[in-house]
Amino acid sequence: MIGDIMTTETESKIETSLMPESGTERPKRMAIIASKGTLDAAYPPVILASTAVAMDMEVAIFFTFYGLDLIHKKRSKKLKVSPIANPAAPMPVPNIIGMIPGMTGMATWMMKRWMKGANVAKFEELREICIESGVRMIGCQMTMDVMGVKETDLIEGVELGGAASFLEFAKDADITLFM
Amino acid sequence: MTEAIKTLDARNLSCPMPVLKSKKALKELEIGQILEILATDPGSMADIPAWTRSTGQELISSEELGPKDFRFLVKRLK
Repeated sequence: MIGDIMTTETESKIETSLMPESGTERPKRMAIIASKGTLDAAYPPVILASTAVAMDMEVAIFFTFYGLDLIHKKRSKKLKVSPIANPAAPMPVPNIIGMIPGMTGMATWMMKRWMKGANVAKFEELREICIESGVRMIGCQMTMDVMGVKETDLIEGVELGGAASFLEFAKDADITLFM
Repeated sequence: MTEAIKTLDARNLSCPMPVLKSKKALKELEIGQILEILATDPGSMADIPAWTRSTGQELISSEELGPKDFRFLVKRLK
């Protein structure tokens, strides 16, 4: 008797797990906060967001503080990686050497070369895929005011909002990441 | 019927592009049709199956033809 009930329950669970995402069940949801503006930190949000959409999820990225640079027309073209206080940098040098002018540029150049060698897509390309595939890109209004960033400084396809805008989306998220 | 109607060449692409391009290519197929995916990214051996499982599509086969030579057959179920 108990065995019967358990079998029935197990079967219904399997059926539920096989249910299509479309229809009555809402899609899985991922909410990301992107708070860093370095070249290395630029990738994870757009890689995960674009992949999540390919896996039928709904995604929003909230760009705040230095993360705003990732959706800034001009600044996003000049993302860099610093060798200072970064033992894992492409060019691991003592901090005192990393302070020499041009060292950040060199580390950035090296990292870009690595990425190209490994056939990694460009950040801008992945960001474009995110926008085209419907990832909600939310620029933090408060940070923009603090940093003097205007809406026209940001790339097309970005919406503006604050903490409540992000939380309204994130409260129903299955995955929430702070980057 | 396990014949692919279309081949996606995702060779020399790194994570996450093989999955993104597979998704796009599969969408262009009719339900029941099969997509062949060629990849060189070793991560695709784990990622393509993860993607099919998550999206409810059918992974008919995944083959490692060489050290950096992978082939997948995916049937569009929905």
